[in-house]
Amino acid sequence: MTSQKVDKHMRFMMLMIPKGYEKATAGSMPDAKVVAEMMKYNKSLQQAGVLLALDGLHPPAMGARIRFSGGKPKVTDGPFSEAKEVIGGYWIIQVRSKEEAIEWACRSPLSEDCVIEIRQVQEMADFPPDVQQAAAGFAELQAGRPA
Amino acid sequence: MTRDTHRAIEAVWRIESAKLVATLARMVRDVGLAEDFAQEALLAAFEQWPETGIPENPGAWLMTTAKRRAIDHFRRDQRLERRHEQFARERESQQQMAAADLEAATDDDIGDDLLRLIFVACHPSLSIEAHVALTLRLLGGLSTGEIARAFLIPEPTVAQRIVRAKRSLAAAHVPFELPRRAEFASRLASVLQVIYLIFNEGYTATAGEDWMRPALCEEALRLGRILAELVPEEPEVHGLVALMEIQASRLPARSGPAGEPILLLDQNRVLWDRLLIHRGLVALERARALGRSPGTNRLQAEIAACHARAQTARETDWNRILALYDTLIEVAPSPVVKLNRAVALAMATGPAAALESIDALVAEPSLRNYHLLPAVRGDLLGKLGRLEEARAEFERAASLTRNARERELLLRRAAGCQKRDG
Repeated sequence: MTSQKVDKHMRFMMLMIPKGYEKATAGSMPDAKVVAEMMKYNKSLQQAGVLLALDGLHPPAMGARIRFSGGKPKVTDGPFSEAKEVIGGYWIIQVRSKEEAIEWACRSPLSEDCVIEIRQVQEMADFPPDVQQAAAGFAELQAGRPA
Repeated sequence: MTRDTHRAIEAVWRIESAKLVATLARMVRDVGLAEDFAQEALLAAFEQWPETGIPENPGAWLMTTAKRRAIDHFRRDQRLERRHEQFARERESQQQMAAADLEAATDDDIGDDLLRLIFVACHPSLSIEAHVALTLRLLGGLSTGEIARAFLIPEPTVAQRIVRAKRSLAAAHVPFELPRRAEFASRLASVLQVIYLIFNEGYTATAGEDWMRPALCEEALRLGRILAELVPEEPEVHGLVALMEIQASRLPARSGPAGEPILLLDQNRVLWDRLLIHRGLVALERARALGRSPGTNRLQAEIAACHARAQTARETDWNRILALYDTLIEVAPSPVVKLNRAVALAMATGPAAALESIDALVAEPSLRNYHLLPAVRGDLLGKLGRLEEARAEFERAASLTRNARERELLLRRAAGCQKRDG
């Protein structure tokens, strides 16, 4: 009925950027009510058959950054004073358009000033044939087998 | 930058349409009418949301709007009736009841409604082609054009099929309810068959064809995953989902740069999608945890899992696969399964025993035009050094397949036998 321009199914990563998570202390956990709301939302994604994966991430205080500069990697333990926004978790969903991913993100029970960034997952088919060949050959080498 | 309202509405529709139609169908007891009212609500959204913005709860807005349309429809029918001289009281009271029902109807368990819709779309009174068309339309939200492109059939054919199916359901007064206990297993099996049919149509699509076709795999997977949440106590649903996830994991490796098909054992396994394999193994575990003796879907998923777990073709646990085929033959003895078992037998013990095991299949009427039978025989004969016979079998296989690329592959194998002669 509508002039639908349905795209091939696409994968999107929804990156959750909770307000203030850059300052969260090691081992800090969200409260039970927040968790319950999030579980309900995750279940709705699962019931819609669109959820592929999800994970929560411990705060940066428990992490590390490796900065590449001048050819040498430099390791810094978290927290990172220069970081204004950090990732608290992600979902990977499979939907038929970027708009559909946006709609799902809008339905998440996130609180004030939280942000979800949506990024499309790169698939092999997105790349031109020569890149695909190279990627396949390279991957073979990594697996320890002749290309 | 604001959201493109039109595309946002389409996205909302793709998320909400199946539940909307399902709930309306329960209320008005007619799938065709339910879809009409749902479409009217969508039309209203296209008219109003560009002005008002997307509502807080778009699903609820569509539901309320559709219900209002339905109530208006039944009231209008009542008024039209009163203008006639002849006045069917029975009809009138029925319509009064329907209108009252609608007004009183709450949003019952949406899950139950969705499940009812799936079962009605796959009702035994309809053909399998109708099942596929209705399922993709009512549950997938695909347009007539999309279904037509996906199955390489003309759009008017699909449109007619859907119209006839709806009429048929109405004429047969198919009740909008879940199948009774006694019939549940066989009705569920039909639903699973339809979903797998859709999956296979997408799985066998060759590279370069309309992208709607491989999208069928993803659509079937989505429907399977939805069903797994609706009837989590059914192991065969998880079995089918596991099978589809694992098969879908191989899609990136199934065709070469020129679009030529690549056989499972020759595929670059690094290209297999590990996320889907993981999901398939998780679904398989759900099937196992339900503890019943394995059905065909679970067994096929177990076999697929054996392949998925092997890092290279050489590491494949052929003995386990053979044992699984033996069990599968007990549960669902079919010539095709016996043929597949022969391949496993050859890999586990050698080509001679395998060739013997399928001698009987040559006379099997259902396999007379099945190209994989001579293809397997050709492979086994080749391994036994009987090259002239192998070549003949490959040529026969090539003549039986309708797929151009497969034919090329088989002719190449035939030519390969010839070269090694003498």
